[in-house]
Amino acid sequence: MVNLGGIRKEVSIELVPEAQVGDYVIVHVGHAIGMIDPDEAERTLALFGEMSAATGVSA
Amino acid sequence: MKYIDEFRDGDVARKIADRLATEARGDRQYSFMEFCGGHTHAISRYGVSELLPTNVRMIHGPGCPVCVLPIGRVDMAIKLALEHDVIVCTYGDTMRVPASDSLSLTKAKARGGDIRMVYSAADALTVARDNPERQVVFFAIGFETTTPPTALAILRAQREGLKNFSVLCCHVLTPSAITHILESPEVRQYGTVPIDGFIGPAHVSIVIGAAPYEHFAEEYRKPVVIAGFEPLDVMQAILMLVRQVNDGRAHVENEFTRAVDRDGNLAAQQKVSEVFELRPSFEWRGLGEVPYSALKIRPAFAEFDAERRFDVGYKPVADNKACECGAILRGVKKPTDCKIFGTVCTPENPVGSCMVSSEGACAAHYAYGRFKDIPVVTA
Ligand code: SF4
Repeated sequence: MVNLGGIRKEVSIELVPEAQVGDYVIVHVGHAIGMIDPDEAERTLALFGEMSAATGVSA
Repeated sequence: MKYIDEFRDGDVARKIADRLATEARGDRQYSFMEFCGGHTHAISRYGVSELLPTNVRMIHGPGCPVCVLPIGRVDMAIKLALEHDVIVCTYGDTMRVPASDSLSLTKAKARGGDIRMVYSAADALTVARDNPERQVVFFAIGFETTTPPTALAILRAQREGLKNFSVLCCHVLTPSAITHILESPEVRQYGTVPIDGFIGPAHVSIVIGAAPYEHFAEEYRKPVVIAGFEPLDVMQAILMLVRQVNDGRAHVENEFTRAVDRDGNLAAQQKVSEVFELRPSFEWRGLGEVPYSALKIRPAFAEFDAERRFDVGYKPVADNKACECGAILRGVKKPTDCKIFGTVCTPENPVGSCMVSSEGACAAHYAYGRFKDIPVVTA
């Protein structure tokens, strides 16, 4: 069961078996396909428009 | 909504825009392709292009699932519904893709075809369970994001021993499409379509990870920055691309670290490789036949493969002559280059596939791009 800005909807978590109640997941065509890492989200927000050229991680 | 609103803040957008204006060098042009239709939509809807310096240009790529679906594939689905008396289930956008004889799945439905819009592959399974006396085909389209749910549906159908469910598989692969664009004469003969780097897709990268793009960065010396789907993500990714170009770097960088890592979703990849294998070649609208760019169902799951179960061969069909979707999907032309854009061809009455889904370049430009003064605000 996910909550999309107030709308509750049932989605399959078969593709993200590690998801727990309370996690943020990314939903596509009725399936959770990935999870959001809250720490990384904060880090990205902090980087927006900053001077540093060392944004992101090189893969 | 958490993790959405913060990524749409207008003040932050202007801050990134200021950085871009400072760092983009005045003595050169920058052209970046956003591969994914979700980004095309975000760029148009939030007026991202207007916030960019004039020498930074975005080129729309072919990553809109219904846009690249060729007429011949839609014809197969229509034939299944009208001639084989099959219940065809598919995603909403697919219903309106123009096919041969001025038909679409929506119009075929009006002619009596039993065609049903579903929200997920699992819903198509439900239709099959509820109609044991009928054959049900799921017309499956999309990139790496929609493929895992299709794989799950096939695996479940096998577990349940469903005898009336099969899939018309039209799933396509992002990396092969990018390679094809990089190999195209327009890009190689620098000048027609200069591409200095790519914005890597959001959803697709959640599934496949960042690693598959390393090849482009190395082989073609093109930087790739994977970006989330919100407007600030896209702007920050453009800033990161400008920095790479300025430094002469060509790396894969990840702006979307909150959801993408190097390996992607391994559970999803495992399901996909269990059920699907590479097709030697697949025709894309706009790109033509692209080698190893799509998936087909493995022989072990042959009974769930609609192409084997029914006699519906693929026949290539040329697009409407006036439609420029092909050139637009290759980044060669813009929607406004099409003579019938916004007049004969509109979202209510699409002539070409790029006008169908909100992710299509023509539909996005029709909905938002015509008004040049939209400020970036929280939606
Ligand atoms: S406006 Fe319509 S006909 Fe023209 S290129 Fe776009 S989709 Fe094709």
